[in-house]
Amino acid sequence: MTSITKQIQTLVKKEFLLEWRERSALNGILLYTFSTVFVCYLSFNQQRVNLHPITWNTLFWIIQLFTAINGISKTFAQEQGGRFFFYYSLVSPLAVILSKIIYNSLLMVLVAMVGVGVYVFVMGNPVQDLPLFILNLFLGAIGFAATLTMIAGIASKSNNNSTLMAVLGFPTILPMILMLIKVSKNAMDGLDRGVSMDEIITILGIDAVVIAVSCLLFPYLWRS
Amino acid sequence: MKLSWWKIVTIVLLTYTVIGGLLMEVPRLPILNETIRNLYFHVPMWFSMIIQMLVGTVYAIKYLKSSNTEHDLKSVEFTNAGILFGILGLLTGMLWAKFTWGDFWTGDPKLNATAVGMMFYMGYFVLRNSLQDAEQKARISGIYNIFIFPLFVALIFVLPRLTDSLHPGNGGNPGFNAYDLDSKLRLVFYPAVIGWILLGVWIATLKVRLRKAEDKILEKQEDSQRAIL
Repeated sequence: MTSITKQIQTLVKKEFLLEWRERSALNGILLYTFSTVFVCYLSFNQQRVNLHPITWNTLFWIIQLFTAINGISKTFAQEQGGRFFFYYSLVSPLAVILSKIIYNSLLMVLVAMVGVGVYVFVMGNPVQDLPLFILNLFLGAIGFAATLTMIAGIASKSNNNSTLMAVLGFPTILPMILMLIKVSKNAMDGLDRGVSMDEIITILGIDAVVIAVSCLLFPYLWRS
Repeated sequence: MKLSWWKIVTIVLLTYTVIGGLLMEVPRLPILNETIRNLYFHVPMWFSMIIQMLVGTVYAIKYLKSSNTEHDLKSVEFTNAGILFGILGLLTGMLWAKFTWGDFWTGDPKLNATAVGMMFYMGYFVLRNSLQDAEQKARISGIYNIFIFPLFVALIFVLPRLTDSLHPGNGGNPGFNAYDLDSKLRLVFYPAVIGWILLGVWIATLKVRLRKAEDKILEKQEDSQRAIL
């Protein structure tokens, strides 16, 4: 067990190092969020006063969704062409998938935080219960990362990666995003936190199931 | 032509469902009126769909364990049958919705969830077609099939219960059992469920046999061509 945690640590560190050296992916995602938010802002003709709370909320999560799909689809890009064989001889598949999920979660949390900052800056801030909203954002980032990492792994095996990522990713993320939108609407309206409990438990449940299934299936995906 | 016993059971049960379902007495309820007979067709479709998908997933797991192509074949065909029943369930449900809720598509969470669920499985076939190598195709689509099954179950069974739905048993509505699934309905409903599930299994096994036969014919043609050359 200790060896697996150690392997995960090393792999996560490797991901961060690679990212830090190239910085293309991170900057790409951040710029993607920023420009999407800005396009939305300008498309609504800068009338943020008239933006309905439901529109505000839905638009925010759709931007998050697209950012996540774009960011995570690159997860296995560097593992093309034989690098998997190299890992194969060194680490367990469990360590690989868990390190990818952890790295993607951290990345998504970072991007979501920057995203919400920019979004609130240009679109106004109708959120009343900010701590719950941020907590929900955390849950969402981790959930996106957990679900989409496995989908990225599956999509990376075929040659039309980007189409498959969207086709397979959007439906699988839907149960999650419906719950997230509901909780964040509750947070916007400043409802009692007990109201959102059911949804939060469901999100955690979906996360747990998805991570468990990913861990079970990844060894098979790896071998092909 | 000799049929196995369960195929005869299917024929008997479904004949009984159609005749009994349309002719036997049903409780008179406001709004539902005679449309309650759709209970014998609409609801069993979902039972059948989820069973076929479950069997498809189990065969996908078996394939990953054994790499036996027959398991992959069964996995695909049972999933296919599941999709067929999902679409039939949507169509019968739409018809029922038109006459009770007033519209073909009401935006009810269960309707939307099922539509998305069908998208999951359409993606399954897109994935299969975009992989070239037969072995890789079987393995990766099997992985995807197993991956989406729990999400699909969450989508159609857990989420509608958390939101407001017009369906019985959801969003605080009482289930059918609570008020109107009386013993007369049960008399046809349970045989109908078993009948439709068996029909799904029958379709899937037929398709598996057909695919195997096609493969054999292809093999023979290749052999004979090789012999000519």
